[in-house]
Amino acid sequence: MRHSLSLQIGPVAFRIGSAWRAPLDALAALYAGYPTPADGICDFTVRLEPDKPWRRLIRPSVAIRGDYVLPDAAPLSLAHGLLAAEMGMNLQMALGQKTYLLLHAASVEKDGRALILTGESGAGKSTLAALLGERGWRLMGDEFALLDMDNGLLLPFPRAISLKNGAIGVMEAEAAPERFGPRLIGTPKGDIRHLRPNADALARMGEGAKPALILFPRFGEAPAVRSVGAAEVFMRLTQASTNYVTLGRRGFDALTRLIATNPALAIDYPDTATAIGLIEDFRQELAA
Amino acid sequence: MPGPQYHADPEAAVKSVALDGLSLIFHAPSGMTHIVAPPAPEILAALRLGPAEVGELIARLSAWYDFEGDAAADAIEARLAELESAGLVRRA
Repeated sequence: MRHSLSLQIGPVAFRIGSAWRAPLDALAALYAGYPTPADGICDFTVRLEPDKPWRRLIRPSVAIRGDYVLPDAAPLSLAHGLLAAEMGMNLQMALGQKTYLLLHAASVEKDGRALILTGESGAGKSTLAALLGERGWRLMGDEFALLDMDNGLLLPFPRAISLKNGAIGVMEAEAAPERFGPRLIGTPKGDIRHLRPNADALARMGEGAKPALILFPRFGEAPAVRSVGAAEVFMRLTQASTNYVTLGRRGFDALTRLIATNPALAIDYPDTATAIGLIEDFRQELAA
Repeated sequence: MPGPQYHADPEAAVKSVALDGLSLIFHAPSGMTHIVAPPAPEILAALRLGPAEVGELIARLSAWYDFEGDAAADAIEARLAELESAGLVRRA
């Protein structure tokens, strides 16, 4: 590849290669302060290539490729090259991660106790995790939670937080402007702006935490909290895991242990202030 | 005429965890996970004693649990058919 960049994010090392310089410059600015892989060896490679060879200069369109490829991964315009790089990293993790049980979930930690927030797209897990990360919690990740199958610890994967539409304004009021990437307008997911996690999240990206609570947040409803039965939690987490089936017995053992040892709650919330209040209440109950 | 003999995989091939009144079963030969309700785990346990036809299976279960009548036997036959289609029970 003409241009490349290596990044360490938690326990995972990525190499991103690109036919163009611009997406990598944007990525390097967004990921300022992240370590480079210590041994130079990368777990995953993402390649941003012209959709057709002659398209590098003429109406450039970025195709996402890598070690693992989805046949229908749609090309994006070069203006969205940063998004292509991010999506490529997610794709490699989702399809190729075999060391950890991967849950499509956000996670935050305080006082050594980690919360797992999972739910469908639009449930608000990214926004809640980003807000908690600015309010005394450590952001471990907004997209993927990695469960160490040997010891049951949750490992951080603090890539840039992908803020969509309304969440962009919420976080612009919370974090310094230099931590944001460019606002990407009109992407397939609407407007997107990436936010670099804060210095504490980066400094502690090698530090796992013991899970303490599994939350299923749902935005836009009247406030409500209900306990979720273990079998339902299991079903929802297998659906939220991209590699559960691949991992076989190890994944089964790790997931059943996670569920047997942690309470799970579904929370409905009409606004983020209510959700944060509920989560702080849970934290105090866990500490008591 | 005796009916077909059914058998289940040995305990080593099937990891079962009870959660919340249900059982999660990891079936190693297929790599599949199943969520089952009673009396499915009890049927599997009874078949691990050795292959059995339906009548013998019901007799084994009756020795462990209190149930009476044709309705219980019908329910066990229905669960057995479901376990067979899930690949957890096979005809010998």
